[in-house]
Amino acid sequence: MSARALPSTGGIHHLAGRPAIWATLAFLAALALLPFSDPLFHALFPELQRPLYTRASFVDLALSHAALVGVASLVVVSVGIGVGIFVTRPAGRDFAGPVDTLTAVGQTFPPTAVLALAVPVIGYGGAPTVIALIAYGLLPVVSATIAGLNAVPVAPVQAADGIGLSPAGRLLKVELPLAAPVILSGVRTSVILNIGTATIGSTVGALTLGSPIIEGLSGSNPAYVLQGAILVGLFAIATDLWFDELEHALH
Amino acid sequence: MTLASDAALAPAVEASLARRKDAEARANPLLVLIVTGMVVALGSLGFVAVAPNRILSGKAVPLWSAVEPGSALLVGALVVALGVAALVRSGPWRDRMTAIVAAALLIACVAAAGHAGSLVAADSGPIARTSLGAAFWIVAAGSAFALADATGRLAPHPLAQAAIAAAVVSLLAALAFSGALSDLSLAREFANRQSVYGAEVVRHMALVGGALAGALPIGGVLGVVALRRPGWRKPLFGTLNLVQTIPSIAIFGLLIGPLSALAGAAPFLRTLGIGGIGAAPAVIALTLYGLLPIARGTFTGLASVPEPVIDAARGMGLDERQILWKVSIPLALPILVAALRVVVVQLTGLTVVAALIGAGGLGSFIFQGLGQTATDLILLGALSAIVLALIADLALRSLGAVLTSGRPS
Repeated sequence: MSARALPSTGGIHHLAGRPAIWATLAFLAALALLPFSDPLFHALFPELQRPLYTRASFVDLALSHAALVGVASLVVVSVGIGVGIFVTRPAGRDFAGPVDTLTAVGQTFPPTAVLALAVPVIGYGGAPTVIALIAYGLLPVVSATIAGLNAVPVAPVQAADGIGLSPAGRLLKVELPLAAPVILSGVRTSVILNIGTATIGSTVGALTLGSPIIEGLSGSNPAYVLQGAILVGLFAIATDLWFDELEHALH
Repeated sequence: MTLASDAALAPAVEASLARRKDAEARANPLLVLIVTGMVVALGSLGFVAVAPNRILSGKAVPLWSAVEPGSALLVGALVVALGVAALVRSGPWRDRMTAIVAAALLIACVAAAGHAGSLVAADSGPIARTSLGAAFWIVAAGSAFALADATGRLAPHPLAQAAIAAAVVSLLAALAFSGALSDLSLAREFANRQSVYGAEVVRHMALVGGALAGALPIGGVLGVVALRRPGWRKPLFGTLNLVQTIPSIAIFGLLIGPLSALAGAAPFLRTLGIGGIGAAPAVIALTLYGLLPIARGTFTGLASVPEPVIDAARGMGLDERQILWKVSIPLALPILVAALRVVVVQLTGLTVVAALIGAGGLGSFIFQGLGQTATDLILLGALSAIVLALIADLALRSLGAVLTSGRPS
């Protein structure tokens, strides 16, 4: 933010104020360097025979993790914002109360329980993880969209009606832009939660950055745990900081 | 400003009231949708799944072949009654009828599943397993939701809702204690683990309690600091948010190394139960997670106390400490309790994951079940965790309502 206020201070200063870039670079560096860190982990954990996770490459794990969260988030954003718009229109107003109840009750469900409940229905692997991510991720987006649209002040809405905008035009040009910051914060909550839940998806057979952690925990290999935890921690932090950037850009 | 916007709001409020009146005269579209879903599910999906043993997956059996005609007719009649309730004229009578029929349907549906289990056990012996099928879940979830929706309109007060929930749950519990459900696979998994089940529930709550014991005082102090030093707010909440961002399992995992090193360096810690795995890293990680909502809730709550009230207290000669404890905290109590509810629900959910680092709790049933592909064990753990979170939520919402009752809103 300070960089934005002082745009003339040059490259380094510009970068220094943007932690999102630093976190992303740190994540990419960890991803690139971990395969060569065998000596380091041998020194840190001398008692371990194989201190470096090699069952799958870290890049593959990261891509698979990002794909699970990405696919789920695409569905969540389109369906979630759609539902939020629907229940705030005259046609869907009857559903507003029940949808509100559903999102409030649903968000008290532990994410891991939702993930576990998907297994009896769909089986093991990536599919139950994506389904659980969608089911759980929808809730914050729906409630944020409803909250955002309901908080749009009356004056601009009346002004939009006054200049003869159609309901759709009013929604797209006035209501959604004004509600965007609130909706974005809901999307952020959903994506960050889903990065965490996807990590636990490794216990139901999904390939994610959580796989080294889960395998390390079950096989008493703390080095695997450390490698997975560093990567997934940086991944989540970098994503969150990019949402920060996006929020600043919106204001 | 407020006056002007209030005046601007008035026509919109009237319009929304008019719309609401208009909507109330019509059928309840949500209930129509739920009942349609139930009819389709009962007609096309299995009500229970019957398997020859615990591990093999079951064969779906529809309601009418799973139970005797009387039970199937009862469930069917209640679904029809719920459909009628959806179509009658709106008003408290519709909500009352919906609530009663939905509660009856929920109980009848559970009883029918138990009945199906007993028939299978009588027919194919005690090794055969009867699991709950898709149609069961759709009818049960649909009627529970219809009940919640109707009571939400009939009795908006959380205490009244808690009372209704307690009544329905105790009827279901009575059904379970009567032995009518004991031939269901879920009940068998429970019976097999009866000796440890209570201990794991207590352990789950103890982990949450331990984390609260750390997070409440620390988070509270951080919230007060944020209030008194505006310059600290951004870095403080930024750091706490960063902690919340990191996936729980990563924090649990990251604590293993330092804690086992610590226990290795100071062996007396190990005798206290502090080590790389188990309760210690779980409670520490959960405490860290709890800090943000508590600090933010404390800050928001205390900041919401009107400045004139503080000035008046100061004028009466109270010092800063007295103002905090005797004026600000009592006035901020509803917001503080709301923050506490958020924290308790979140921690109850995160504690499920703690089972992966050997801390125990309800997550251990889930992960054991996942490891053994024992669906009903997964279900036992997951449903218990959900119920625990719901109870915590409802209890703290009731507490919040009691605290705000009698206050001008």
